[in-house]
Amino acid sequence: MEWQEVTLRLFKNKISLIGLILVIGFGLIAVFAPWIAPPADPSEPYMVPRAGWGFEPKPPSAEHIFGTAEGQYDIFYGIIWGTRTAFRIGFIIVGISTLIGIAIGTLAGFYGGWFDEIVMRVTDIFMAIPFLIAAIVLTTILGQGLRNVMIALITFGWMNTARLMRSQVLSIKEEEFVMAADALGAGDVRIIFKHVILNTIFPLVIEASMRMGSMVITASTLSFLGIGAPEGYADWGQMISFARNWILGGQGNAIQYWFTVVIPGSAITLFCLSWNLIGDAFRDILDPKLQ
Amino acid sequence: MAENKLIDVNNLKTYFHTEEGTVKAVAGVSFEIYPGETLGVVGESGCGKSVTSLSIMRLIESPPGKIEEGEILFNGKDLTKLSQGQMRKIRGNDISMIFQEPMTSLNPVYTVGDQIMEAILIHKNVNKKQAREEAINMLRKVGIPLPEQRVDEYPHQLSGGMRQRIMIAMALSCDPQLLIADEPTTALDVTIQAQILELMNSLKAQFGMAIMMITHDLGVIAEVSDRVAVMYAGKIVEYTDVKTLYADPKHPYTWGLMHSIPHIEKDLDRLEAIPGNVPNPLDFPDGCKYNTRCPFATDKCRVDEPDIEEVEEGHYSACWHVDKLEAKKSEEKGA
Repeated sequence: MEWQEVTLRLFKNKISLIGLILVIGFGLIAVFAPWIAPPADPSEPYMVPRAGWGFEPKPPSAEHIFGTAEGQYDIFYGIIWGTRTAFRIGFIIVGISTLIGIAIGTLAGFYGGWFDEIVMRVTDIFMAIPFLIAAIVLTTILGQGLRNVMIALITFGWMNTARLMRSQVLSIKEEEFVMAADALGAGDVRIIFKHVILNTIFPLVIEASMRMGSMVITASTLSFLGIGAPEGYADWGQMISFARNWILGGQGNAIQYWFTVVIPGSAITLFCLSWNLIGDAFRDILDPKLQ
Repeated sequence: MAENKLIDVNNLKTYFHTEEGTVKAVAGVSFEIYPGETLGVVGESGCGKSVTSLSIMRLIESPPGKIEEGEILFNGKDLTKLSQGQMRKIRGNDISMIFQEPMTSLNPVYTVGDQIMEAILIHKNVNKKQAREEAINMLRKVGIPLPEQRVDEYPHQLSGGMRQRIMIAMALSCDPQLLIADEPTTALDVTIQAQILELMNSLKAQFGMAIMMITHDLGVIAEVSDRVAVMYAGKIVEYTDVKTLYADPKHPYTWGLMHSIPHIEKDLDRLEAIPGNVPNPLDFPDGCKYNTRCPFATDKCRVDEPDIEEVEEGHYSACWHVDKLEAKKSEEKGA
């Protein structure tokens, strides 16, 4: 199938169109963040400005349209610049872990034998460790900070890709065109890059786009637990963690502080949803068995 | 004569070591191909003809497959002793191969031009632009209309016959001395089959290469071959030039095959077939491997395996009872 056709079908599918619009919307917000929410200090744009030192969150007003969180952090600013953080976290984690998974899965599937056996057992060991706990432990060991969160999530995030890639390579390498390339005198490197990897790429695209959302949620979880972004850093998980003391609302009014939870929560939910919609749409388009 | 043999296969044995036991897919095969000729290799499915060709290309998957014995002399060089790296220089360049399934032998994600260029770029010292020119040239030679346009098309845009032409263009792009064609027309319908065979014959004359044509179709063999090797259960049972084979088969198996071809002028109620099945390769019978199906089989056939011997000049057969077959044939002629 050609790319034009894939793109066309992506636009025809209503659900994927919603996903696409959402992702493009988030992308625009990320790109135009300096204009939507001009930073007070251009050298440190990711630090959320504070409107005072009061403890209690303040509801949306003309000055702070999403209100302020605990410690008077501006929620609007945090959401806008947090979009950039979300994209950065998503692309780096998914990008690097997918590359690692592709490399490991391809080599294991293509060469097989004892190498495959060792590599896949190591993969099994990594998979046996509960993902969130492993990420928390590793981040704690490495120290607080987004960079360490990313390292931890990459370390424990490549196994599914590796398994998927291995199974794909196992079936592709039996194809006759691989034998034909062999019969033309093509070397292993050429066969792997030209004939094997490109034919396995669609399931990986689906898997990667599904993982975009879940990785951003996990990174937010770590920030919420206090081992992710440093305090005051524009990050959605961080914004929700400011709401921890106010989730139950005020006395006699359960939804008094709704904005502290609902706004950052919606941002994360929509972001994750949009990638999942795109992933689903890709699967529907590319999987001939579902057509 | 010995010097100008292009390829000389001596006592080739390729076995597959599986969990159920050793499969002797090729159990001692010898033949030679001279420059510019076509050798037909014919036999039923599973008789070892494809494994023979893959052994020459050294494309047997190992494990489980292994060339156990024998030599494959190509221009005097023993291919079984080369490293994979040296072999890669020969594949596609000196010996190339076309496969049975044109539908799956092309990579779906590249244009046909890219795929023809691949072989050229691997083996010839040219840049991409020259390789593309060469690819267009090859497309023209294999009779593809509008080659400048077709070069940028993907395999799914082409029909089966066109794809087989592309495969031939890929295989011939480096001007090989030997082309191994593994059932190149089996997946095509009959009219396209005839076109492809005609194309291969004309390209053979044009490029001066030798062809090893592997097929189970006696009609294809008759159309293109100069000499024929008939294989049964991993061995060559009869080996001679094509006219003699059809006129005067000297092995009961070949004779049985000829008999099972329906003739247009004869009125037949039933097709005559060779009784029984090909023996299980894990459990070949003792003696001559054809003894379970042969009408002339005697106790000797069930104990001793005949070697392939020259029964007439240039006509080899592996049978103890060529005389019985001759008697049967003259009896039929009389009747």
